This record gives sequence, structure tokens and C-alpha cells, in this order.
Amino acid sequence: MVAFAGGTLPPDDVVVAALRAGDEAMFATLLDAWSRGMLRLARSYVSTGESAQEVVQDAWLAVIEGIDGFEGRSSVKTWVHRILINTAKKRSAREERAVPWSSVFERGEGAATGLPGAADGAEPPPAFWKRFSAVRPTPEDEALASEVREQIAEALAGLPVRQRVVITLRDVEGCTSEEVCEILDISTANQRVLLHRARSWVRERMKAYLETVGRPD
Amino acid sequence: MKRFSCGEVVELTPAYLDDGLDEPVRLLLEEHLVCCRECGRDLDQFRTVIGALGALPPEPPEGLREDVRDRLMSAFRGRKGH
Repeated sequence: MVAFAGGTLPPDDVVVAALRAGDEAMFATLLDAWSRGMLRLARSYVSTGESAQEVVQDAWLAVIEGIDGFEGRSSVKTWVHRILINTAKKRSAREERAVPWSSVFERGEGAATGLPGAADGAEPPPAFWKRFSAVRPTPEDEALASEVREQIAEALAGLPVRQRVVITLRDVEGCTSEEVCEILDISTANQRVLLHRARSWVRERMKAYLETVGRPD
Repeated sequence: MKRFSCGEVVELTPAYLDDGLDEPVRLLLEEHLVCCRECGRDLDQFRTVIGALGALPPEPPEGLREDVRDRLMSAFRGRKGH
């Protein structure tokens, strides 16, 4: 199987047939195309990078297991991401039961002040102490200044998990609203509300920066 | 012809950013944006936020760990004896 330049994958029926036939190159292509985004999503649910790696691993194992039974009612991408989200949720529930408070504060940087507002009634992130400090700037070729990236990362980390996952899928990973609704099994209206709250929160956190790049008055 | 108030524009912004407005409503909203600086700036700020989110680098930068990737490749290989 050829490499897919520019990140364009072949149509789903081709992908599914190749996977069922044991085409390793196709599997590797999907792994390389989606795993980074899946890791970021997994981090919205679990507290460490290690756990995220395990979540992504388990999700792909489930994909391998399930490909023969895939019915094509959604796209392959949606199906894989649904598996990822379910795996991450289960893992997160396990973590919540297992993580003692002492270790929460060992891990935390300013955990006591970093509690996200649960004001909108959504559940707080299971791993609210986690900061996205792992977002490391790479040199000059990045258009976005590292300070701005840090602000965004902090803002994302402060969101309730549902909002964070929606904004991550939509704006960071570039999924369509239809894909997000399917992946998370939520309505269009609900998706839009969660997304707008999340964007408003990030915008509020970036206010100072945004004023400097705003329209000249 | 109807003109939108700033409040209505704020109300419609989520759907507008989501390409979820019908053509006539979208046009009315855009007409408002042409003459209302404040609403225009709000939308610009949302667009900047969306653009900035889309420009975030991968996290973690190194992606899937090599040993995890190897394990998955061999799990896939083991699925079909070929």
C-alpha cells in the first residue's frame, strides 16, 4: 500500500477492506495519522501521559479486534474515535477511584487554585490538577508565540471535561460538528453550546493578547 | 427590512461560527457586522481563538511511544496469519 501524501486517506471501504485483509501499511498509516490527536483527547480524561498512551493502545487493540464486525454505520474515523473516548472514560473512572488525594496534590501545580468552574453544571475534569505543561514550543517555524500557546493550554486545562473534549475535537483536531456529535453521541444543539462555552472561556483567558491583535481602532 | 440587534447577533454567533445559519439569516447577520464595530471585533476574536487552537503543536510532541506502536503493529500482524 502506498503512503498517503498530504494526510489524505483513501475512502472508508478501501480502508476497511485493507485492514480486514491484514494490510499492515494501511494500519500503520491510520496509526500515524490519528494517534497524536487521540493522545491529546485521551489526556482530557486521564491524568498522565503514560495513561494516555495506554488508553490509545487499548483503543487500537479494540479496533483490531472489532474491524471484522465494523458495520460502516459511521465513518472509520468516527468509529475509532468513539472507541477511544469510551476507553478513556473507563480509564478515567478507574483513576478517579484509585487516585488518593495526597497524590493529587503531589502532582498538582497550584491545584487548589486551578479548580475549573463547574458553574455550568458540567462535571469537573477528572484530572483537574493536570496542566497541559507538556505543550512544548518548538522553534521559530511555529506561527504561534509560545506564550500564547501556554495561555491556550492553560485555558483548555481549566475547562470541564465535556467542553474540553468538544473544543479539542472541533478546533484543535479539526473534526466537523457532525463527527463530534457522532463521536460523543450528543445532539447538534448540545455540541454547539459546549463548543461556544469553551471558546468563550478560552477567549476570555486570552483577552489581553486578543486586544493587541484586534482591529486597529 | 429587519435588522438584527447586537443581542440577537450574540445569540446567533454560535450557530454562525458553526455554519449553522440559513442563508437569509446569515446575510442579515453579516450586514450587522459591517456596521457594528463591536460585534465585528467579537467575531474576529472568536476567529483568532479558533485559528490559534488549530495551530497548537501536537501534544505530546513525540506522539505514540515507539514500543506501543511496535506492540500494536505486532497485534495487527497476529490477527491474520499472513
